[in-house]
Amino acid sequence: MRKTGFLLKEEHSGYLMSLPYVVYFCLFVAFPLIFSFILVFHRWNIITPMEFIGLGNFERLFHDVQFFKALRNTVIFLLIHIPLQIVVALLFATLLSQQIKAKGLFRAIYFMPVIVSGVVVTILWMQLYNYDAGILNVLLSKLGLKRVPWLISPSWAMPSIAIMATWKNVGLYIVIFLVGLQNIPGYLYEAAEIDGASGLQKFFYITLPSLNSAMVLVIILSTIGGFSLFIEPFVMTGGGPMNSTLSAMLYIYNQAFYFGHMGYAATLGFSFAMIVFVVIIIQRKIVERK
Amino acid sequence: MKKFVVYLVLIVGGVIFFYPFLWMIMATFRSEIDIGYPGLFVKSLTLHNYEIVFKRIPILRALFNSLFVSLSVTASVIFFGSVVGYALSRLKFKIKGLILGVILFTMVIPFQITLIPMYILMVKFGWVDTYLALIVPGMISSFGILLFRQFFLDIPQDLIDAARIDGCNDFQILFKIFLPLSKPVMITVGIFSFMATWNDVLWPMLVIRTRELMTMPQLVTLFSIGGEAEGQLGPQLAATTLLALPIVVAYAFFQRYFIESMATTGLKG
Repeated sequence: MRKTGFLLKEEHSGYLMSLPYVVYFCLFVAFPLIFSFILVFHRWNIITPMEFIGLGNFERLFHDVQFFKALRNTVIFLLIHIPLQIVVALLFATLLSQQIKAKGLFRAIYFMPVIVSGVVVTILWMQLYNYDAGILNVLLSKLGLKRVPWLISPSWAMPSIAIMATWKNVGLYIVIFLVGLQNIPGYLYEAAEIDGASGLQKFFYITLPSLNSAMVLVIILSTIGGFSLFIEPFVMTGGGPMNSTLSAMLYIYNQAFYFGHMGYAATLGFSFAMIVFVVIIIQRKIVERK
Repeated sequence: MKKFVVYLVLIVGGVIFFYPFLWMIMATFRSEIDIGYPGLFVKSLTLHNYEIVFKRIPILRALFNSLFVSLSVTASVIFFGSVVGYALSRLKFKIKGLILGVILFTMVIPFQITLIPMYILMVKFGWVDTYLALIVPGMISSFGILLFRQFFLDIPQDLIDAARIDGCNDFQILFKIFLPLSKPVMITVGIFSFMATWNDVLWPMLVIRTRELMTMPQLVTLFSIGGEAEGQLGPQLAATTLLALPIVVAYAFFQRYFIESMATTGLKG
């Protein structure tokens, strides 16, 4: 009798205590999702009534030069950002996993750009990248090299943003790789040493394969980051020059809040989200098969 | 010799990650003509850049807004995270599995899908240009719930049984027994949600238009790209330094917790 009393009470508490999440889910997850499905079939500027246009938004999307430009820019960003991030993070994680002094201090310094706001990093790097007065170009010209048109040339602008994003995020990935390195059992290396493996062989046959799940994580998080890129081009270039830094998120923002095309902006959001999904699934397949 | 190379690379890395911040701070004390100087030396120290910032924009008000919004969201995420996490880890009820599945599902939804409908929801609620738009959508975090759930699963059942026999209800068990044991997970969830809210700039840009309600990142962004800094680098960097300062100071004291929190959330997320 007492036991069932407990259970009944337990069930009531269960419903009561999970109620906040159910309310939150209905309001801020389910409703926006459903509403997004409605929006993609409509033309709407929030003020006048919604106008049903069937697949009109998707038709427009397939002929939208700017959409493909934003997609292309994101791919360029990721092609530079991901490899750079992995190489730099692996380098420092490997060095930090050795017997060295002041390990915590180094780790803390590398992690600093991760904790500050993207706005700080963006405004700071805008000065570093300044063509005439930025430190990078001042240093380059002191070394007798040519100044780089970091943010003013269409072919340099997106790579410049990708380099900055790597500087900002790599500390997190160093820590993730460090955790992965610590989880590799020492006897693997000992066995390899007995077999006479060289340092490089140990790295490619033991270290790298053991870091596979960390690698997947780094690639996925960077990909999501690439498709969420917003404040960097918004502040640095406004998407220019010649739309070369127009990112997915910046284009959605412009369509919604500059032109008031809510239906089309929702369609863009929906499409980019689907692309993120597919890209991540493909990346997973490739990396995990190795 | 090998050790020497290791330290050399580590130190060069340290300079690359740290020097720009140092340079920025020193540059804010220079006059506009000297700002391009790549060294740290300040020829004639001036506070002019900070004067411009404090005169032109309500930066202290923005600091208050950022603190108020971030602390509210963080407190709420911890509160609801522990309540729902408790239900999902220690109570038996019918739709528990369903709710857990839904939470896992919500974590993989890219925010690009829900952003525009969420904005429209704020418009329809009349929450645009209020604190509500900045706080309420962040009050519950799926991730926070999962971390609390994970932690609570490892607390021995004996504690619950004993408390029940003493007549405690589940809220009392949660707040009197579970939460005092949960400092590590509270720190992790707390730092993570505080940082995410403090540093967010896209959402505030959508829902806040009045300067007096802006959080620091938004105000500094608009100051920098708008006309108020008059294209001068000094005031922009000064505003940026003020934006970085609170988090960097907190980081200096609690860096171990920051790194642990961000790494766990990265690893499990």
